[in-house]
Amino acid sequence: MDPLDIARWQFAITTVYHFMFVPISIGLSAMVAGYQLAWLRTGNTQWLRLTRFFGKLFLINFAIGVVTGIVQEFQFGMNWSDYSRFVGDVFGAPLAIEGLLAFFLESTFLGLWIFGWDRLPARLHNACMWLVHLGTLFSAYFILAANSWMQHPVGYEFNPETGRAEMNDFAAVMFNKVQLVTFPHVVLAAYMTAAAFVVGIAFWHLRRHQAVGATGEETGMWRKATRTGAWIVLVTGLGVALVGDVQGKVMTEVQPMKMAAAEALYETEQPAPFSLFTIGTPDGEREKLAVTVPHLLSYLATGTWDGEVKGIEELRETYRETYGQDPGAAYYSAGDYTPNIPTTYWTFRFMIGLGLLAMGVATWLLWATRKGRAPAGRLLYVAVALLPFMPLLANSMGWIFTEIGRQPWAVFGLMTTASAVSPGVSATEMMISLVTLTAVYGLLAVVEVRLLLTYIRKGADPVTEADLPSVRTEDDADKPLAFAY
Amino acid sequence: MELTTVWFALIAVLWMGYFTLEGFDFGVGMLLPVLGRGDRERRVLINTIGPVWDGNEVWLLVAGGATFAAFPEWYATLFSGFYLPLLLILVALIVRGLAFEYRHKRDDATWKSRWDAAIIVGSFVPAFLWGVAFANILRGVEIDAEMEYVGGFFELLNPYALLGGAMTLLLFLTHGAVFVSLKTDGPIRLEARALAVKVGLAAAAVTVLFLAWTQLETGTAASLVAFGLAAAALVGGLVALPAGREGWAFLGTFVAIALGVAGLFLALFPDVMPTTLADGTSLTTTNAAATAYTLKIMTVVAAIFTPLVLMYQAWTYWVFRKRIAVHHIPEPVLAGQGS
Repeated sequence: MDPLDIARWQFAITTVYHFMFVPISIGLSAMVAGYQLAWLRTGNTQWLRLTRFFGKLFLINFAIGVVTGIVQEFQFGMNWSDYSRFVGDVFGAPLAIEGLLAFFLESTFLGLWIFGWDRLPARLHNACMWLVHLGTLFSAYFILAANSWMQHPVGYEFNPETGRAEMNDFAAVMFNKVQLVTFPHVVLAAYMTAAAFVVGIAFWHLRRHQAVGATGEETGMWRKATRTGAWIVLVTGLGVALVGDVQGKVMTEVQPMKMAAAEALYETEQPAPFSLFTIGTPDGEREKLAVTVPHLLSYLATGTWDGEVKGIEELRETYRETYGQDPGAAYYSAGDYTPNIPTTYWTFRFMIGLGLLAMGVATWLLWATRKGRAPAGRLLYVAVALLPFMPLLANSMGWIFTEIGRQPWAVFGLMTTASAVSPGVSATEMMISLVTLTAVYGLLAVVEVRLLLTYIRKGADPVTEADLPSVRTEDDADKPLAFAY
Repeated sequence: MELTTVWFALIAVLWMGYFTLEGFDFGVGMLLPVLGRGDRERRVLINTIGPVWDGNEVWLLVAGGATFAAFPEWYATLFSGFYLPLLLILVALIVRGLAFEYRHKRDDATWKSRWDAAIIVGSFVPAFLWGVAFANILRGVEIDAEMEYVGGFFELLNPYALLGGAMTLLLFLTHGAVFVSLKTDGPIRLEARALAVKVGLAAAAVTVLFLAWTQLETGTAASLVAFGLAAAALVGGLVALPAGREGWAFLGTFVAIALGVAGLFLALFPDVMPTTLADGTSLTTTNAAATAYTLKIMTVVAAIFTPLVLMYQAWTYWVFRKRIAVHHIPEPVLAGQGS
């Protein structure tokens, strides 16, 4: 295998894997902090039990996100050294700032939260988790700013002397218009993912406890978690969709080929229909069966029902004219400028479809559990059990879509992926890295999922008077710690 | 001072922070089988660093990110050049970090012993390899005119680099043992103290040897001062230990590591990654640097946030300042679960 392909596989595997855990960390840190705040405000220990229960699941999940994040920081230099040389002046800054603002905040205050139950006053302790959440938001902002720059490079100048992109407007990089739509899209999707995770677990417990006629304490708690979670899925899902709509228009403007690829739209059309699904040859040779919604793509891409949407063939020509004759030829040998169409077409559909499905399940659940109702239907049970996977997979689909859709570029219009790879690293070395990391990640996934399931099944520990949080005094210097590894 | 020099200094500070902080984390991890006879003793050891290890590791991530931003060429050459050692470090940090979080989650002997192995190996590997990596940076490696590393993996395992690895390993062991004596109570504290003196003597010998070698090869007057003070701090720390002055001893090993790193960067300056090839290009603070504009932005951000980070990290150490003993360890959270 070519080093380029190995490096791309490694990036795909490590990044998609990393981003299985990240959205849950972002969203669940806010929800756990919220439960804790609700307990502090109301004194209702159900909220404290939820804080502790989901806090544990949060930590199991967060740990993998952290350790796989180190790979992300290193592999630009390891596998993509020419990329790093070319973009470091622009791309390095958000990464460094992410470390300084976000990683320190997250890790330090999470340590304080985990071990601080009996060391910090309750409000300060709760503030620590809010700061962890703030850290995750900072982290998302800076890394997405870096990625948005790859989708739509701004605030830089190509310096032919040094042969690299050099930043000349930091604010433009930070407030890139792609970034301004990507950040809310991703963060809302993260809340949605975490809430779906919570709902899947809480509803399972609710049903289990209802089946054995458990106390109102137990069912009331899981009901709270189920319904608040379902509302969050629904509301944030709506937000994701609305922002996604704006995002589509920005994408059509700055990366028209990606929009055409999302639709496998070969010929320019006006008005353009939205293809729900196509059976046949999505490489554009022949359609066998296609279900379309007239005018919808025009609206998604341009905001008007009759707007023209450029097709792949026309864009290919435009791209050739724009990028084909540039003097910096080394960076511009991109062939036909077309990404892998089946991948972009299907990931785009699955992203939207799974997101809508999750919102549908959340709505159904809210309706079925309204006014204290306890639904017993099998279908709802299965649908809610599958709910956590819907936004989770939709996230992966969205990222695969947007990254594959940018191809053949690493930095749109500036540097191809082929010219970004490390020239000095051999295929053997890269293969060792790919195989090692994939094996380690695979093993850790098995361990993590089994551990999660154990803790999910175990349920939320009851809270007695004795284990209400209280700050240690000199008198209880010899008491066991409230929490220890 | 030029901004490139400022950033060279800042990156040196980040590595100083990383090695002084995660250095004792590595030491504690390596000492797990030595000082942690039973499960409770092991948990005492792990909990001395429990609340802080992750924050300590972030120093590495920020050092990496800052190098990417301030010296993109250095980041690119170093990370693609030292490929396999870095991969080993990555895998070590992954399993080790997860081990801290997962080990206590099941009360099962097999489960725990596997994660213990992850902690021990995951601490030894980076403790050794960071020394190897830094020694190679100091010594110079085969970098061609295009700033690409062209040497192989085994070229990195030369005697000077192996000595560097031995130095960081022994220093972190000592630092960790001193930290344990400072943060625990009971028999572990006394054992750690005795062990720290023994390992510390070996560490001092290897450190003096390595620093002298470095001084002879690439040293400057400034690095000589730093190395001298580092050695004095290490010896001073070890002398304070038998008398039970663990705080002073920890200050000694802390300062020794910080000044040692500072000295290495002083000996390196103005190169950041020299070449050993006659027709190669040495990376310097000038030819590897980002633009003045980027450095200026980064300087402003660093000037605002670094003091803040130092403040809240210091506060964490204050919150968890109490010593931990065996009787502080709570019952296992999930008793009787198989893995």
